[in-house]
Amino acid sequence: MDLSLLPDGGMRWLDASGPKSTIVLSTRIRLARNVHGVPFSQRAKDSDRTAVLQRVSEAAAATEHLANAVAFHLDHMERSERQLLHERHLVSKELAGLERETRARPGAALLVQDQVGVMVNEEDHLRLHGMWSGFDLEDAYAAVEAVDAELGKLVPFAFHPEFGYLTSCPTNAGTGLRASVLIHLPGLVLTKEINKVLQGLSQVGLTFRGLYGEGSEVVGNFFQLSNQTTLGKTEDELIDHLGKIVRQVVEYEEQARDVLLRTAPEEVEDKTWRAYGLLKHARRLSFEETMNLLSGVRLGVSLKLLPGPGVYTLNKLLIYTQPAHLAAMDGRSTGDRELPTVRAAFVRRLLEAESS
Amino acid sequence: MLCDNCKERDAIINLTQVEHDSKVTLHLCEQCAQQKGVETGGAVLKSPLGNFLGAVVKGGSPGALVPAAGDGLRCPACGSTLRDFRDSGRLGCDQCYVSFDTHLRDLLRRLHGSSQHVGERYQAPGTGQNGDDADPRSRLLDLKAQLRRAVEGENFELAAELRDRIRVLE
Repeated sequence: MDLSLLPDGGMRWLDASGPKSTIVLSTRIRLARNVHGVPFSQRAKDSDRTAVLQRVSEAAAATEHLANAVAFHLDHMERSERQLLHERHLVSKELAGLERETRARPGAALLVQDQVGVMVNEEDHLRLHGMWSGFDLEDAYAAVEAVDAELGKLVPFAFHPEFGYLTSCPTNAGTGLRASVLIHLPGLVLTKEINKVLQGLSQVGLTFRGLYGEGSEVVGNFFQLSNQTTLGKTEDELIDHLGKIVRQVVEYEEQARDVLLRTAPEEVEDKTWRAYGLLKHARRLSFEETMNLLSGVRLGVSLKLLPGPGVYTLNKLLIYTQPAHLAAMDGRSTGDRELPTVRAAFVRRLLEAESS
Repeated sequence: MLCDNCKERDAIINLTQVEHDSKVTLHLCEQCAQQKGVETGGAVLKSPLGNFLGAVVKGGSPGALVPAAGDGLRCPACGSTLRDFRDSGRLGCDQCYVSFDTHLRDLLRRLHGSSQHVGERYQAPGTGQNGDDADPRSRLLDLKAQLRRAVEGENFELAAELRDRIRVLE
């Protein structure tokens, strides 16, 4: 697998160039689509799945937005390589075969060009997705929608006049749209206001998840907020609604940070400098500890309590300190017992390069 | 048509129930439908029940929300049954939405507060009013898919014909 074929490794969103990027790391749009007349992925035979992949690949080659897409055939890739794509948020755990099975199923593939991609033979035949830096629902949706429009002219999608786009799980039917933002909320966690905010989300039709989407744990105070329902509202309504609520959550977070700075300025300053000190000098770091320390430093940087490092570096650390990335960099296996040592050395190197 | 229940007001809702594999359709007015516990609009999400159902779905499969009464229903296109859906939470194919429409309409209302898609309308290639307005590139991809199936099924006569049609288009 050659990830160098992807400019920025398929992660341009890391560059922190988008709006509100100290608090909102990224915006992601996903559209679920299926090929009309072919059994959904779970029921499809291997021959159905490879036929879907062939059809989608040929169609993609005839489009403008995916003509030069790089294709990753997950069923022909090692587990460590599949995990690497997952750590980059380019494929789901399910598609990469990282859940129960040790291999990806036949026909499981990712096509990716610039900031948009298509997972083929996931829970649905096509999962179109795009990830943007910061809080940028409009641009992300416009890009993914453009791919959808092009592919939909070449591949007949399953669509019903009443139920809309038909998906394997009815929770995605209708628009097939899941819009989500990855947001950093240490202020609300530290002021213990977070539960109130999260409970409020379910009452306005939104849901939250951890760093890697469905079923993942919340670490490092990073939350993924997204729409819960997909039917009965237009795509624009769903996106506007999420946008409105996210702006509100960002406001709450900023207020919580103000409260922290007013009521416990020394404790907050101490906490962020300690986090920075540990990252700069520790000799062994677990992934979870790294995430929590990065959260502290990120808070310190955005409150201007710390002079650096830049948000781009913090974003890079978030991705590159994950097991498959470290293992690949250092020629080890993801289960290697020395990974915490490798992680600490990598973090020190990146932070030193930044401060020199 | 008058409501089957009160025989006074106009029927606006067709309630299809499946019992022991046979379908019974009732034509009801809004009031009688509500008395029978049919949710008639977007009010679902506002009710505490809506929240409760949302919580149930979050923790488990949406299939579990479908009553067991229709278990024997089978989708003629893919062969999966409503029971399969209740167990796995996944439908077998796009035709399942037609085969199990009554159950799914109810489920979609409970999940989303509505079963009526109001988002982007989609026109599949080759299904325009003239029937022949498909993007030629789409027709080509279609023929190539047919060709692969013909070769796999060792139907070489059809394969040769399809190959010729592909050549013309290319």
